Amino acid sequence: MEAMISILIGVLTAGGVYLCLRSHTFPVVLGLTLLSYGVNLFLFMMGRLVIGKPPIISDDASSYADPIPQALVLTAIVISFAMTAYIIVLALKARNEMGNDHVDGKDVR
Amino acid sequence: MNHIAIIPLLLPLFTGICLLLLREQRHYVKRAIAGISSLAQIGVAFALLQQVSNGDILVYALSNWPAPFGITLVADRLAAFMVLTTALLAVFALMYAMRGTDRNGRQFHILFQLQLFGLNGAFLTGDLFNLFVFFEVLLLASYSLLLHGGGRKRIRSGLHFVVINVVGSALFLFGVGTLYGVLGTLNMADLALEVAKVPAADMGLVKAAALLLFVVFALKAALLPLYLWLPTAYSQTSAPAAALFAIMTKVGAYSILRVYTLIFGNQAGPLSSLLDPWLLPMALATIAIGSFGLLGSKRLRQQVAYLVVISAGTLLTGFSLESTTGIAAGLYYLPHTTFATAALFLLADLIVQRRGQMEDRLEAGYVITQQKFLGGVFFALAILAAGLPPLSGFLGKFMLLRAALDHAALPYIMGFVLTSSLLTIIALARSGSLIFFEANAVDKSTNTSVKQVEPEPLQTRELLPVFALLGLCILMTFKAGSINAYCLATAQQVLDTQAYISAVLGHGAQP
Repeated sequence: MEAMISILIGVLTAGGVYLCLRSHTFPVVLGLTLLSYGVNLFLFMMGRLVIGKPPIISDDASSYADPIPQALVLTAIVISFAMTAYIIVLALKARNEMGNDHVDGKDVR
Repeated sequence: MNHIAIIPLLLPLFTGICLLLLREQRHYVKRAIAGISSLAQIGVAFALLQQVSNGDILVYALSNWPAPFGITLVADRLAAFMVLTTALLAVFALMYAMRGTDRNGRQFHILFQLQLFGLNGAFLTGDLFNLFVFFEVLLLASYSLLLHGGGRKRIRSGLHFVVINVVGSALFLFGVGTLYGVLGTLNMADLALEVAKVPAADMGLVKAAALLLFVVFALKAALLPLYLWLPTAYSQTSAPAAALFAIMTKVGAYSILRVYTLIFGNQAGPLSSLLDPWLLPMALATIAIGSFGLLGSKRLRQQVAYLVVISAGTLLTGFSLESTTGIAAGLYYLPHTTFATAALFLLADLIVQRRGQMEDRLEAGYVITQQKFLGGVFFALAILAAGLPPLSGFLGKFMLLRAALDHAALPYIMGFVLTSSLLTIIALARSGSLIFFEANAVDKSTNTSVKQVEPEPLQTRELLPVFALLGLCILMTFKAGSINAYCLATAQQVLDTQAYISAVLGHGAQP
């Protein structure tokens, strides 16, 4: 399980980095989204992988799932969601203003 | 519990929310509320400074959750100093914006207040994840402020700024996540305790996380390989936003100082002085590249943006000395350079308005109206920015070089700082003479004749924010003794991690 999750985070991040380095705004936006998926998953996993354990104190629990990463990742998800929305609007505005979707505004085709 | 530590956060936040409820037509009401709130923030910042100036560290536990379980706000000398610098800068940037820039787009005042909320929060928080959240708050506000007024170039540079900062935020989360995964806490004081007893097997992970955080802070502070977003973004945005952004690079410098003296400070054992091989060379290289950028700039505002880059390098040179005097010199230099570059951004905007199609291109055009007056102000600001005597820039650089006297890298520090001062003088002298003295009737870029701009009388009101920022620097020169004493006390407090840890976690906590 650990190995699978790690590979998943690695693939998401690698894909995100690759797409961020593209020259058109749409792949860049997708790349940033993938990167934020990768980092959110990573943050979530930092409480270790635990199955079927309560996150809050109860009398009949032998061990617990760490609730802090869940709270952290919730914050991070909200922020990255807002960022993605903002970047999409900005990319559309840049497309309208500059007439093409190149990140530097030059039409290479 | 003393509630003053949270007021610098609540005041701009609630002002922003109040402004959001007002209709767009009521811009006079908006201006009044934003102005009163900004003035009140200066008052609050002064009160906070008074409270902590005797060396007390105010700890504010949100919802009364004790540290390290809840989020804490920590106001020490350093945080109060940064909050006061921000408040003073903000009020004059806002004053300039009220000339009409704030009407170029909607929600300027709301974003401005939320930016202040993010800045104050970043300075006051005692929690690493909370620092990330406040970084995001100030960045989100800055993304929109950067684009305020719109325009093709602004949107292009805005896109670059947003993308690189979103990548930076992802790196921040990777760093914070790794630290939490290994150390199990995010409270900075608690982290400082945990770092000291990290097992050897996890050392590499913590080190990687620490250096990842350094990349993020270096990106915000515009250190050498990560400064490329700054010159275009700052030179394209509206003048009040650029003036406020002068403090944004200082947030990165502040975070470097805070995290690497507190968490990875002297008590951290093998993980202390992680940045030694990196910070000083990078800071000096930033000074060098900034100076070349200054010489090569084709526009005045671009030149001022490179001054921001140089100032980040100079500031971090001071911090990298890791001595009381070095940090104190950096802290004295910080408000000076913030006010000086902000004043230059505002003045550049006034010059742009008087040069018509020439804008701020560093080429000879028609001699602008009231050149003697504007030129005089430019001259004073150039002296201030270059660090010539008698103003505060000279004192800051002097203190920095004196602090470096017994440092092993003294020849490099002297060489880079002094050469960059010389290059700054040359570059600003060239810009001043091109803009104010040389007349040329032909615009070289378009080969059309330059139209003389209708003389529009310069009102003192317009220059008031510039004069006020200049006045603050002059005040810093006259009050250098007491400010330096405060900076020295601040530096001592910053290096005394034990005091911070016991203030946050109670007196039983030992590393």
